[in-house]
Amino acid sequence: MSYLEYTVKHVPTGFAKILHLNWPLTILLAAVSGVGFLMLYSVAGGSFNPWAEPQMKRFALGIALMIAAGMVPIWLWRNLAGVAYFGTVILLIGVELFGAVGMGAQRWIELGSFRLQPSELMKITLVMMLAAYYDWLPPKKTSRPLWVLLPVLMILIPTALVLKQPDLGTAILLMAAGGGLMFLAGVHWGYFAVVIAGAVGLVSAVFQSRGTPWQLIKDYQFRRIDTFIDPSTDPLGAGYHITQSKIALGSGGWTGRGFMQGTQSRLNFLPEKHTDFIFTTLAEEFGFVGGFSLLGLYALIIVFCVAAALINKDRFSSLLTLGIALNFFLFFAVNMSMVMGLAPVVGVPLPLVSYGGSAMLVLLLAFGLVQSAHVHRPR
Amino acid sequence: MRRSRADSDASHSKLSRRAVLLGGAQLLFMGGLAARMNYLQVDQADQFRLLAEENRINIRLIPPARGEIFDRNGVRLAQNVPSYRIVIVREDADDVDAVMQRLGEVIDLDPEVRARAMAEIKRSAPFLPVTVADDVSWDEVSRVSVNAPALPGVSPEVGLTRVYPRGSDFAHIVGRVGRVSQADLDALENPDAVLRIPRFQIGKINVEARQESLLRGSAGTKQVEVNATGRVMRELARREGQSGADIQLTIDSNLQNFVQARLGDESAAVVIMDCDNGDLVANASSPSYDPNLFIGGISSADYNPLLQSIYRPLVNKTVQGTYPPGSTYKMVVAMAALEDGIVGPEETTYCPGHLEVGGRRFHCWKRAGHGWIDLENSLKQSCDVYYYDLAMKVGIEKISAMANRFGLGWKHDLPLSSVAAGLAPTKAWKQSARGDSWVIGDTVNASIGQGFTLSSPLQLAVMTARLATNRAVVPRLIKSIDGVEQASGAGEPLGMNENNMRQVRKGMYSVVNDRRGTGYRSRVIADGVRMAGKSGTSQVRNITAAERARGVSRNEDLPWERRDHALFVAFAPFDKPRYAVSVLVEHGGGGSTAAAPIARDVMLQAIYGGEPPLDAYPTADRGRIAEQQKALRAIQPQADFSGKDQA
Repeated sequence: MSYLEYTVKHVPTGFAKILHLNWPLTILLAAVSGVGFLMLYSVAGGSFNPWAEPQMKRFALGIALMIAAGMVPIWLWRNLAGVAYFGTVILLIGVELFGAVGMGAQRWIELGSFRLQPSELMKITLVMMLAAYYDWLPPKKTSRPLWVLLPVLMILIPTALVLKQPDLGTAILLMAAGGGLMFLAGVHWGYFAVVIAGAVGLVSAVFQSRGTPWQLIKDYQFRRIDTFIDPSTDPLGAGYHITQSKIALGSGGWTGRGFMQGTQSRLNFLPEKHTDFIFTTLAEEFGFVGGFSLLGLYALIIVFCVAAALINKDRFSSLLTLGIALNFFLFFAVNMSMVMGLAPVVGVPLPLVSYGGSAMLVLLLAFGLVQSAHVHRPR
Repeated sequence: MRRSRADSDASHSKLSRRAVLLGGAQLLFMGGLAARMNYLQVDQADQFRLLAEENRINIRLIPPARGEIFDRNGVRLAQNVPSYRIVIVREDADDVDAVMQRLGEVIDLDPEVRARAMAEIKRSAPFLPVTVADDVSWDEVSRVSVNAPALPGVSPEVGLTRVYPRGSDFAHIVGRVGRVSQADLDALENPDAVLRIPRFQIGKINVEARQESLLRGSAGTKQVEVNATGRVMRELARREGQSGADIQLTIDSNLQNFVQARLGDESAAVVIMDCDNGDLVANASSPSYDPNLFIGGISSADYNPLLQSIYRPLVNKTVQGTYPPGSTYKMVVAMAALEDGIVGPEETTYCPGHLEVGGRRFHCWKRAGHGWIDLENSLKQSCDVYYYDLAMKVGIEKISAMANRFGLGWKHDLPLSSVAAGLAPTKAWKQSARGDSWVIGDTVNASIGQGFTLSSPLQLAVMTARLATNRAVVPRLIKSIDGVEQASGAGEPLGMNENNMRQVRKGMYSVVNDRRGTGYRSRVIADGVRMAGKSGTSQVRNITAAERARGVSRNEDLPWERRDHALFVAFAPFDKPRYAVSVLVEHGGGGSTAAAPIARDVMLQAIYGGEPPLDAYPTADRGRIAEQQKALRAIQPQADFSGKDQA
């Protein structure tokens, strides 16, 4: 069903919308962010600076942004999807041309004092674009090759641009989120089987290319894969991250060492202890109980999003909600797999917990879209 | 565009199906993550906790206190004193340049040292202390402490450093320590980790070096918690190390001091050995140097004169220097002949003043000759021809074998650097070392301790002690280690005929006590302290025919470095020998004039355990000796010097 087909009489208006926000989801998001503040306070050695306080300020801004976005009617967002998507693609191209190089990769554009990371935004606008596309496309045509090719291009264009930066992690996340959305929209199983087979072929081609002039990925990416497969080969070099992360995690035990008692993270054995590896601090200080609780909060967020999508009769709203939830899932699943030694170190933060400005703002904005979908659902 | 309701419902239920499917898959993956977390944190927790401890706990070494060295009476010869240095920690200092500027106003900072410190500060990690001033006085430490508020990051640190309170007296025995050099580390198969501690001191020469393993001790450890960059967060546990063993030497520091003072600036060596147990009670090499100069690294202004002096102050002449023993070797030749039974003590030889051997004329020192002469007189008057004749009868092999039994040509085991073996030449030695066959002239030269024969003053003292006791006395320098008495050097009986020994000793007695003896002027007249001895004068070079024609044959006419070495060996008291003495004066001229008086002075000093009474000396000498004693009293012994001014 589409908004074209029903009246919006029952949709709340004005400030009444606030009452109709998805409050359980809001509370869950705040709880996860709260865990983040606690951990940032701890890794700074019991201090709000330099991380916890800016993070809290950004969270306050983000929540305001989320509520504001939630008040905007969902059809407006849908109509903006195309503009947002192409705008972000242009920004990605802009990064390619004018972007600052950080950590060996071009990732952001300096906009005054604000540092914009378009690949962050891309994850959301791609989901918006695909959701709008499948809302527009008659369901019967969904699996026709031409109509499958179009969304594949929508995914591949930004993916290629992100890969060029190079940011393998985000590229994979974009593909996974885009693919997931196509799956949700009802594209035939066969396509996925072909793509998965193709991906396996590509991966083997990548490994075949190693050491040849047409090498497909960079040496450091190869090394990350190597050390992921066997971290002990280079315990002080590239394998250091994973080994130290596992040590910190493992030494937490069942209940952990206690708040601010984690030796590994506080003594700087952990790299990026306030960003990508913050989960290890949590797991070291609060043990399995703490880590599992955070995982539980994440699971509840996914469950509430899926539930909100299921009760929403609007196709765009459902797809958007599920797509954003999937994106969120991919974030923490990849990050946790990474710190637990199940995936190579690709530089994906733990959503809402890791220190980082634009990631949190973009994420909360995305949940603002979910709120909007929920508030303006057909009744 | 309008869609049919059925269409919409179908697509919505398909979306719902797939949403549940994908949501389920996500939850399943999260279950997998939880299982992994459980595996790492619960199943393998112990292993990872162990790894974490290893990560954060770092073992640091605590340098051990080096063992101290004492003389036989417990006087400190090498000790550890606190030494202060000023360190700066960059991250505590904030503005390093300003702090250094202010520090320079409080204490004296050498601009060169300061520049070096600044470079090091910039180079090293911000939390590591960098030394900006070494070996500062207590006064300066207190000034820095008082001004602490104005000097953030600056603090004094205390360590131990070596000091030699007796200065130059023991440079050639105790030796010295210094910073561990790369060469020191390279010389060791598996260097002790403690050697890598900055500013750790290692024995460089003599007892300090040769007893390094005993003196060093073992390092303690402390466990500290460090972070990933190595910064110490706190100390967790501490295990004290074992300080090095204390070593007591056989040397009597007062006697040693007297001997060094008696030698003065003369290039000379004296060994005084206890005949009963081989204890070296004095072992003096002159000139000496102050080992304290070397500890922190010696300046070239101090070092070059030591290196370039023709008197070679850095060389330990008692054990390292080898010289032709000259006439002191005659006892060896006499014993070889007597033990062989070729000649009896009463048999006489005619000395016309020279001897023709193989077409070459060998002179006696007394050109007029000694006439008919027996063993006792040959020693007393040091007749050369008697020994030329004797040596040809006995043969060089037996002479050298006898020399070895007396401890010559033999490397004695002493904890000193570069102990020389000397040489008691044999035919085989000449063949292999010189590639030349032995000729009879070599035997003739060897008979009076010339030619190839070489011995150190220590070896001559050992020889004298063995002559005096008929025992294989072994020199001993270390009396006890950590209070444990070391093996005595009394040695086994030499097993030589006591009658033969007595004949030789009688000859040595006559040397000093007979009016016609070469050492008569250095006799002792106190009964019960009578001395026996033998002079030696060894040629450094041959007097050329041209020189002889010019009439240059007197030592005084020659440059110093070409004059003869003067030697004298002695033991006393004659009836019951207590000490054996050997004296060498490099290029001193005649043994009886240059070396014998020194031998008498040091011998009496040793026997009386201090300044001897004047009536031990012959009446004629007393005035001069009294003067000399007065002069020596003025320069010895120094007040006990306890290093730097301290708290």
